[in-house]
Amino acid sequence: MTGYLIKRLFEMIPTLAGITLISFFIIHLAPGKPTDILTELNPKITPEARERLEKMYNLDKPVIVQYGLWLKRIVKLDFGESFSTDRRPVMQKIWDQKQSLLDRRLFITLMINLITFAIILAISIPIGVSSATHQNSLYDKLMTTTVFIGFAMPSFWFALLLMMFFGVYLGWLPISGLKSLNYDALPLLGKIWDRVSHLILPVFISAFGGLAGDSRFMRSSMLEVIRQDYVTVARAKGLPEKKVIYKHALRNALLPLITLIGLSVPGMIGGSVILESIFGIPGMGQLFFMSVMTRDYPMVMCILTIGGFLTLIGNLLADIGYMLADPRIRAKQ
Amino acid sequence: MKEHSLNDVFWRRFRKNRLAAAGGVVVVLMFFVAVFAPLISPYKPDDIDRKHVLEAPSVRHPLGTDDLGRDVLSRMILGSRISLSVGFVSVGIATLIGIFLGAISGYYGRWVDSIIMRFIDIMLTIPTFFLILAVIAFIDPNIWSSSAIPGWIRESLKIILIDPNIMNIMIVIGLTSWMGVARLVRAEVLSLKEREFVLAARALGTGDMNIIFRHIMINSMAPVFVSAVLGIAGAVLVESALSFLGIGVQPPAPSWGNILTLGKDNIEIAWWLSVFPGLAILITVLSYNLVGEGLRDALDPRLWDMEI
Amino acid sequence: MFFCMTKRALLFLLGLLIAVNIIGCKEKPAETITTVSESNSHEPAYGDALIVGSIGEPSNLIYMLASDSASHDIAGLMFNGLVKYHTDLSVIGDLAESWDISSDGLVITFRLRKGVKWADGVPFTADDVKFGFDTIVNEKTPTAYKEDFLQVKKAEVVDKHTFRATYEKPFAPALTSWSGIVVLPKHLLEGKDITKSEFGRNPVGLGPYKLKRWTSGQELILDSYKEYFEGRPYIDRYVYRLIPDLATMFLELKAGSIDMMGLTPIQYTKQTNTDFFKNNFQKFRYPVFAYTYMGFNLKHPFFQDKRVRQAIAYAIDKSEIIDVVLFGLGSPATGPYVPNTWPYNPNVKKYEYNPEKAKELLNEAGWEDTDADGLLDKDGIPFRFTIFTNMGNTLRKNAATIIQWRLAKVGIKVEIRALEWSTFINEFIDKKRFEAVILGWSIGLDPDQYDIWHSSKTKQKEFNFISYGNPEVDELLEKGRRTFNIEERKKAYFRIQEILAEELPYLFLYVPDATPVVSARFKGIKPAPIGITYNLPKWYAPQKMQKHKVEQ
Repeated sequence: MTGYLIKRLFEMIPTLAGITLISFFIIHLAPGKPTDILTELNPKITPEARERLEKMYNLDKPVIVQYGLWLKRIVKLDFGESFSTDRRPVMQKIWDQKQSLLDRRLFITLMINLITFAIILAISIPIGVSSATHQNSLYDKLMTTTVFIGFAMPSFWFALLLMMFFGVYLGWLPISGLKSLNYDALPLLGKIWDRVSHLILPVFISAFGGLAGDSRFMRSSMLEVIRQDYVTVARAKGLPEKKVIYKHALRNALLPLITLIGLSVPGMIGGSVILESIFGIPGMGQLFFMSVMTRDYPMVMCILTIGGFLTLIGNLLADIGYMLADPRIRAKQ
Repeated sequence: MKEHSLNDVFWRRFRKNRLAAAGGVVVVLMFFVAVFAPLISPYKPDDIDRKHVLEAPSVRHPLGTDDLGRDVLSRMILGSRISLSVGFVSVGIATLIGIFLGAISGYYGRWVDSIIMRFIDIMLTIPTFFLILAVIAFIDPNIWSSSAIPGWIRESLKIILIDPNIMNIMIVIGLTSWMGVARLVRAEVLSLKEREFVLAARALGTGDMNIIFRHIMINSMAPVFVSAVLGIAGAVLVESALSFLGIGVQPPAPSWGNILTLGKDNIEIAWWLSVFPGLAILITVLSYNLVGEGLRDALDPRLWDMEI
Repeated sequence: MFFCMTKRALLFLLGLLIAVNIIGCKEKPAETITTVSESNSHEPAYGDALIVGSIGEPSNLIYMLASDSASHDIAGLMFNGLVKYHTDLSVIGDLAESWDISSDGLVITFRLRKGVKWADGVPFTADDVKFGFDTIVNEKTPTAYKEDFLQVKKAEVVDKHTFRATYEKPFAPALTSWSGIVVLPKHLLEGKDITKSEFGRNPVGLGPYKLKRWTSGQELILDSYKEYFEGRPYIDRYVYRLIPDLATMFLELKAGSIDMMGLTPIQYTKQTNTDFFKNNFQKFRYPVFAYTYMGFNLKHPFFQDKRVRQAIAYAIDKSEIIDVVLFGLGSPATGPYVPNTWPYNPNVKKYEYNPEKAKELLNEAGWEDTDADGLLDKDGIPFRFTIFTNMGNTLRKNAATIIQWRLAKVGIKVEIRALEWSTFINEFIDKKRFEAVILGWSIGLDPDQYDIWHSSKTKQKEFNFISYGNPEVDELLEKGRRTFNIEERKKAYFRIQEILAEELPYLFLYVPDATPVVSARFKGIKPAPIGITYNLPKWYAPQKMQKHKVEQ
């Protein structure tokens, strides 16, 4: 098992290198040199100063050498300074140690995605299983339509409708942001509720949109398992239907879902751009969009790399989960 | 003939799935609306009318007017062409790339396979929406109508009814969504390449490419087709997300996404600006998904025994 | 911009103005207000918080280093100029108590207020003025606001509370240029590279508010500076909440989670006339000292011919743009000055909508549709160009869309491209990689526009990015800034407007109205030609109405 993990960890390295290579390529798609933005800020910059800057970013060297040098820096987690006027180190903008953990961009995005994720699983597995056991029933059709509506509804529009209803009309939930103005003055429980209430709408929107994938997958996976011999055998042995479904079939039907989970991480991180923009949540997605629009290249590179890294971690966790769940693989190790 | 009966089974199964059949009707309908857009729209979609700004639906304007007094129905109709062409072209690109890479990966195996599979792993690891944003932000959307592009390309875009403004969006969505197809095709090729008809073709001295694309591909198109149908739905949604961020289809071209974004900004005073495009996206994406699912079920031989 | 102070805050900014940015100003304020509650019937009281919504986050709180309105909003609360504009547009003291101008106008001696302290307790002195001045003229300081200060031949500290600026030549805007924010705390910044300093994120100022906390992407919290030299501000806390989506921001306003924002024309005319709104908010409306224009890159072969530019003017109906885009909340612009100010010349050539005339002029200039594709062409090149504008400004995008549609009718194909602000400026404006732009200038109270129109100001990063050059205009600009005689200046600027109206380097579009909205619980707001926020320290929420408890 440990051996397998170590092997998997090593396998991540070339993938990560590939991700950075693609990111690097994208940056070089943009017209002009990446340092243009920086030097243009200063009309009086001398040719020497420009050259110095270019040296600093190694722009005088061939692209592949530049890439190597950049890679060398990021191994030390040094992504350089942001090109925006605040000139802060890129890592500091994503993970600001001066702010509480709950207010750091990377943490915010991760937290929202993890919560969403847990909710999606908690809802879509039962939906998938029950749809499969009641295949082609009215219930099945209703569920199919519901989860697809969630998928098909443009999230920014749905979000605004809910904001109007729960935020303005009913006044039950805050509309946007992460916490209230009087947050600091609240008692601990108040603080917790304040944070939670701000997350309800974004998490709901995000989870509703994500139900379709997992629940449909679960449904078809379950359908397939139900027809397998061992299920038939279990039934034939006279085991109660509930036990057949939930003990024998479900366990096996869940296995492929674990792989799917690992693959869904990049989609969720990508989706956070929209979610964070509409709800004014200062997470990584919002920062990425801003950086792209202002051509803040070091920032863009950094977030792309982190996004890829997170997916790899997700895949790794999925693998481990798969191993723990599947006795056949466990035995092989 | 055997194939004939398979076809029959397929259609029977597909039609039996009412949801999928309903989705199919919508898909076909939308397709015709898109193709004949200019013929059926009551007004010119770009015509600004200062006297009828933000008017609610009426006899004159069945779906109301937008913030520049343009007829929403006409813009929705032309928008269907733009939104769907984003779907079709990007999926077309993704499918071609996917088929090509999947096929050579599966057919040649060994190092070709491992390089391509590794590349697929990498692409699956990057949040593709991030990549799409970066590329769209960095590259001039008007490049396809500029002189940097050869005249014949510009002309042919015009002929196939594609607004050059949206080419970047189509291409980048295509370039970032081929991985699923590639995996599917690779799996199919792996399972088919040792089959008799392929071995026979090889024995007859047929070239590799010929074998892959003439013999193997034709036999593995079904799942690719299903994934393409689902892909179109996804691309329509990506376009609306890009419009929300302000980097989607550029004015004056209408897309469902940018009409909906306009509706979002005026949601309290002009419900018609968000309800109609919102429903159009919802219904279209839903239909494509239902059709895709229906096709998958209908084509899946493992599910056949249950119903036949 | 806060106190409307930068004399020629040559920001193209109106763009970001939708957020809150109340560039106040101008005529007949009393009539232009729609809803003013019976203001001062309550006793002023300390306390409460004013929460302002903004779509943009400040980039740097050192005024001279930033060029975005969010930074200037906040920096304006934390710093003051030496002088400022009074509500009647006359110049009054701010950090300077009084000043003398030598009879030839070349020397200004400022006597600074005594007892003013930086927020860290260190007294403010003439050294801080000198230090700020030295910083802004330093060639290493990347700022767009140095031009006025480069006119100063000698700046000297006479004593602790006296600062003197000596000009080489008469410079009409000399006094008002000191309304710009130049002062910087020498004791904190001396010997440091201000572009790299933490000061930009955590500055120490001497204005009515001081920064308490800046949470990136969420909000900036400013607390009142109790020792503020004009007296402790009534409102204890100023919160600048960042909400990137305008529709969301409006919902927040209705839900009462923000107290102040700039309304869009649609919101102003259609969404804020309910009883709920009238009871809970006060709306304001006044013309701003700014105009929006379409500028032509005069280096581009299409636009070198004056007839082409005039034809475009004839092909466009300005009143249509004002009706549709601004819902009538604005007036047509005819030149670079706004109506009802002294330099404004009402009698310049106007271009009534006349597409036939436009076609004639284009034909005259050699543009004809020879291949019958509906597009004009000349020497085989079709008349097709791109209008660039900044992203997130629906007004400009809509104006561009109307222009695009109107020009299509005379055979000109227009593309529109909206770009993020910094990218737009750095990559396209500065490198002159554009054909036409839609932008706005926020103009100062002094009519000197040397930077925008003089032919020497066409280098990278300078403001004459359309490469306009006319020797007569050059001469008049020089004349206008080198005399203190108002009649002579007026003559020069009137003539400049005539020339610009004839040559049309810009197609002047409109002067928009600012339409801010403030929660009704805030009293003491006195709209004036310079806007509403000039007296923000005097705003208050009466005791009974206070909503937020602020513990500092």
